[in-house]
Amino acid sequence: MEATDIGLWGVPLAMLGGAIRVSTPFIFVSLGEAITERSGRINLGLEGTLVFGAMSAYAVAVMTGSPWLGLLAASVAGLCFGLFHGWICKFPKVNDIAIGIALMLFGTGLAFFFGKPFIQPSAPDLPAIPFGAWSDIPQVQAALNVNVLFLIGAALAVFLWWAFRNTRIGLIVRVVGDSADAALAMGLNPSTVRLLATGVGGALAGIGGAYLSLYYPGSWTERISSGQGLMAVALVIFARWNPLGCFAAALLFGGAGALGPALQSVGVTQGYYLFYAAPYILTLIIMIATSSPNRTLAGAPGELSITK
Amino acid sequence: MTERFMLSRRDLLKTSAAGAALGLASAAFPIRAARAASATVGFIYVGPKDDYGYNQAHAEGAASLKGIGGISIVEEENVPETVDVQKTMESMINLDGASLIFPTSFGYFDPHMLAMCAKFPDVQFRHCGGMWNKDKHPMNAGSYFGYIGMGQYLNGVVAGHTTKSKKLGFVAAKPIPQVLLNINSFLLGARAVDPAIACQAIFTGEWSLAVKEAEATNALVDQGADVITCHVDSPKVVVETAAGRGAFVCGYHANQSPLAPEKYLTGAEWNWAKVYKMFVDDLIAGKPLPNFTRGGLADGFVKMSPLGPAVGEAARKQFDATLAEMMKGGFSVIKGPLKSNKGAVVATAGQAFVETAIELESMDYLVEGVVGSTA
Repeated sequence: MEATDIGLWGVPLAMLGGAIRVSTPFIFVSLGEAITERSGRINLGLEGTLVFGAMSAYAVAVMTGSPWLGLLAASVAGLCFGLFHGWICKFPKVNDIAIGIALMLFGTGLAFFFGKPFIQPSAPDLPAIPFGAWSDIPQVQAALNVNVLFLIGAALAVFLWWAFRNTRIGLIVRVVGDSADAALAMGLNPSTVRLLATGVGGALAGIGGAYLSLYYPGSWTERISSGQGLMAVALVIFARWNPLGCFAAALLFGGAGALGPALQSVGVTQGYYLFYAAPYILTLIIMIATSSPNRTLAGAPGELSITK
Repeated sequence: MTERFMLSRRDLLKTSAAGAALGLASAAFPIRAARAASATVGFIYVGPKDDYGYNQAHAEGAASLKGIGGISIVEEENVPETVDVQKTMESMINLDGASLIFPTSFGYFDPHMLAMCAKFPDVQFRHCGGMWNKDKHPMNAGSYFGYIGMGQYLNGVVAGHTTKSKKLGFVAAKPIPQVLLNINSFLLGARAVDPAIACQAIFTGEWSLAVKEAEATNALVDQGADVITCHVDSPKVVVETAAGRGAFVCGYHANQSPLAPEKYLTGAEWNWAKVYKMFVDDLIAGKPLPNFTRGGLADGFVKMSPLGPAVGEAARKQFDATLAEMMKGGFSVIKGPLKSNKGAVVATAGQAFVETAIELESMDYLVEGVVGSTA
């Protein structure tokens, strides 16, 4: 390892690297939740799906030696959790938020139960692409070591943004989310659309979990998620249900999360608890600045139980 | 009809025979008599008990008691440092009949364990850490801890020989005395090799935050630290991230060498089996349990991981010599003249704090050479 003194440049570099490294679970969970919420339903259980995805990905990767099979297992597990949520919510008078909280606890508990034997063994990691190979500075190389899932997440955000506007499926999801009556009049079945949207959302959250356990930080422990799943659900509202906004918000949170350690590493050591709170303070400020007593949130699907 | 009667009579006979056997068994092993010489010991962990770290070290200690006759163990893991731990303690006492409880995490002590001490005066509580004080706290409580700072000093000696950038990194959880002593010891051990070495400390603010620990490790390596150690509950993430970035690592709590066999230098490990056996032996013998239990390398409370393949000859020699010195007792890590990194004098020339010095348990400074802040 060649040591290069980068001094204060370490802070923006760490924020860039942190944005890329830390944001991926946020991207997948928030994109998944954006699909679900655009269809008019809230799935708060994605934290549980994330943790279960992390566990199943790690377990399958340990047993088969292939991180890709682990990724597949996580998305299938996430799909099942999502479909389960969607299926229960099809019954009349079922509250989707309550079911989400129940499934969050169920998913985490189930992951802890099945995950016990997999805390100790090591699983193979998902590959990363060294975009920093042009640089001689090892810190830059490390920051630009980009995992394939991050790239997939970025592409997915653009695709979803386009698909919501321009494809038949995107329009179906949106009309179901905005007005169930209009959807019924068009001959669509809102329950089925929401079931599938929740299923896809769950699958994406599972992939987010796989990133946690198979790449960064790259191990399965019961403390692997520090609330990323819940934060990502909040990010969707923050991003106004726009997939590109979700991607930007995830990057922002990733970068802001790297700020505290990076500042300490260059010697700004006072008040680190305040720096750790930075992303949340930022969220509060943006939410307050963009809110208005005279109108509802722009872009909010009309059928959501929190906006109705 | 007859057949059915026969069958049921046979069943009846079988049942009564089984009942008689059960009665005989309970007569042969009277439950009440066994109870007099037996005890239930409760262990409470803040995280999973196979975390390659703090909780694993305690759980290994608890597991070592399982062979001792008359002792049964109850354990609960993932108990938060909230009112939850009070409920866990109550259920261990009321449902499992525990007469000795080890709440092993720092934040369990005040107010949770103290509340239980007042509620159950006949139950003994021993807390891992340095918080019990005989003037302030009840006598059915107590604390035990090991002088693992010595182990971090030895980590520092090996790190001081291994570093090329003269910069070490320390991923720390919270700025409490035990953590600060570890950071200071790590640096002073390295400075015993080369007084130009500095150590960068990063506090994550929590005992277990996987992503933040990985970010902290990356930030340290980015700033040129080439030997990393930590004081968090589960060093697994720090060890794997640091080794993945090409830095050397010194372990903590338990032996993490399987996670990074090439990059692992050595590590400061707990040996709680020894401590728990001492308590349980006293319990069986009916002796009063000590309230204030401390020990270091010489007492077998703390041990070092075997030196890794990257440790050079000079490092090995100084490590062995320092360890031998410590085993004699009376070794002091904090000795004057020594200043804090804010310039305050923490030890005057000639002043030395041996490992047993109680002043060290209220440490609130980082020594000169550590880049970091206690708040």
